[in-house]
Amino acid sequence: MTGPLFDIAVAVARIAVFFSFCLGLVVVMTWVERKGAAYIQDRRGPNRADIFGIRAWGLFHPLADALKFLFKEDFIPDNAHRLFYQMAPMFSLAPAILTIAVIPFGPDVTLMGRRIALQIADLNVGILYLFAVSGMTVYGVVLAGWASGSKYPLLGGLRSSAQMLSYEVSMGLSLIGIFMVFESVRMSQIVAGQGGLLFGALPKWGVFVQPLGFILFLVAQYAEANRTPFDLPEGESELVAGYHTEYGSFKFSMFMMAEYLHMVVGAAVVATLFFGGWQVPYLGDAGFLFPGGSAAAVPPAVVLLLRIGAFVGKVLFFAWLYVWIRWTIPRFRYDQVMRLGWKVMLPLALLNIFVTGLILLLLKK
Amino acid sequence: MTIGVKKVARPRKMSFPESLYLVEIVKGLGVTMGHLLSNIVRQEGIKTIEYPEVRRVMPPRFRGRHRLMKRENGAPRCVACYCCATACPAKCITIVAGESPDPGVEKYPVRFDIDMLRCVFCGMCVEACPCDAIRMDTGWFTSPDDTREKLIFTIDTLLEK
Repeated sequence: MTGPLFDIAVAVARIAVFFSFCLGLVVVMTWVERKGAAYIQDRRGPNRADIFGIRAWGLFHPLADALKFLFKEDFIPDNAHRLFYQMAPMFSLAPAILTIAVIPFGPDVTLMGRRIALQIADLNVGILYLFAVSGMTVYGVVLAGWASGSKYPLLGGLRSSAQMLSYEVSMGLSLIGIFMVFESVRMSQIVAGQGGLLFGALPKWGVFVQPLGFILFLVAQYAEANRTPFDLPEGESELVAGYHTEYGSFKFSMFMMAEYLHMVVGAAVVATLFFGGWQVPYLGDAGFLFPGGSAAAVPPAVVLLLRIGAFVGKVLFFAWLYVWIRWTIPRFRYDQVMRLGWKVMLPLALLNIFVTGLILLLLKK
Repeated sequence: MTIGVKKVARPRKMSFPESLYLVEIVKGLGVTMGHLLSNIVRQEGIKTIEYPEVRRVMPPRFRGRHRLMKRENGAPRCVACYCCATACPAKCITIVAGESPDPGVEKYPVRFDIDMLRCVFCGMCVEACPCDAIRMDTGWFTSPDDTREKLIFTIDTLLEK
């Protein structure tokens, strides 16, 4: 294959594989959410949908849901703004899909004498792109709330715009520490930076370098994704279903997909920035090298598989953490959300930057 | 003396580690994970009754859908005395009496309809019946149906059970 053709083929293949991985995980996560919730609450959960009598613990329920959404009437309420009403789900889903682009799914691979990054686009503004794009999700929510022409969605939209804007601030600031330590905003360099060791024993993961930053980022991310305990925008006991009250059929499922994609991408971002991305502790390019001095050689193909497997495992864990947290913690009151965002998270994020800067300055001297 | 003032116990003030929430959240995560794992390991411990396959056993005095009793020769035990229809507060029983072919019995119900949509399951008909011809001991609800007509149970339906 010639040069440019090869590049295009690689680009398309990367997009196809990573996109379908994330979308597949979305489908699985809807099942995990329902089944996990059921078992946590001592129920059985979905177990009825079957294909030729095979029920497989309700695994076919996402399929049944999707089919049901596809065949439902595409309804537009009378009071809705027709154009914006139809644009809102797209505005909600598109940023969630776009954020997949900068996540490194594995180390560089050499294929046919070329180095190929397992990342759709290794932008030099990596995380800034991530923030810029995911900041746009709020438009989808606000637009949905306003265009529905109904009271509850409007309230939900207002709540979520205030909440997302507040937490955007502490989310951005909580990551400054990471930039300072790894001296880059490029995702691949941050992951590469986490391959070293701290004090000769601990892997130099973001969570060990920036424990406070990790907690702040995790909390801010739950608020950004509108997940419990920050799911005020769709608080069903007060607002019916919040901003997507007036949505049905596939438009509703687009909002759902956006929410779950946020979970998956969010999990991938946490894994990348704070848990070493595709790095496996003590695993170098040639094999394991434990701090005690013992070593174990591992063939390169296995190293690659281990690293991609480690990344997928971390993503699965953090995606599960979203579900786990959701069925553990009750929803905050609105004033509590705002107080936490502005009076606790923001000062702590600033403190984190200050302390990180101080330590780095002292270490340099 | 002033009006009796009742001292209401205030919630205990949270200690510092509790007010940080983080430890408490981790404890809560432990509780939910405990439930999840124990429910996965011991499925039979889950209280859910899987309805169409498994049915809840109703208590013996549960008033369910009605049934009409039969004589030994298979004829309805009902003598069409209208006691149940009179006692019924919801007026859901319609009886049309006819002369019984059996010389030992005076009347029998030609029609005996119970409008299950109006029935309030009070059990007055059962109490009123002098011949123990109507009972509500089927141990199950009226099953749902898609037309109103199907939910007016006729004598044949009531004798089946």
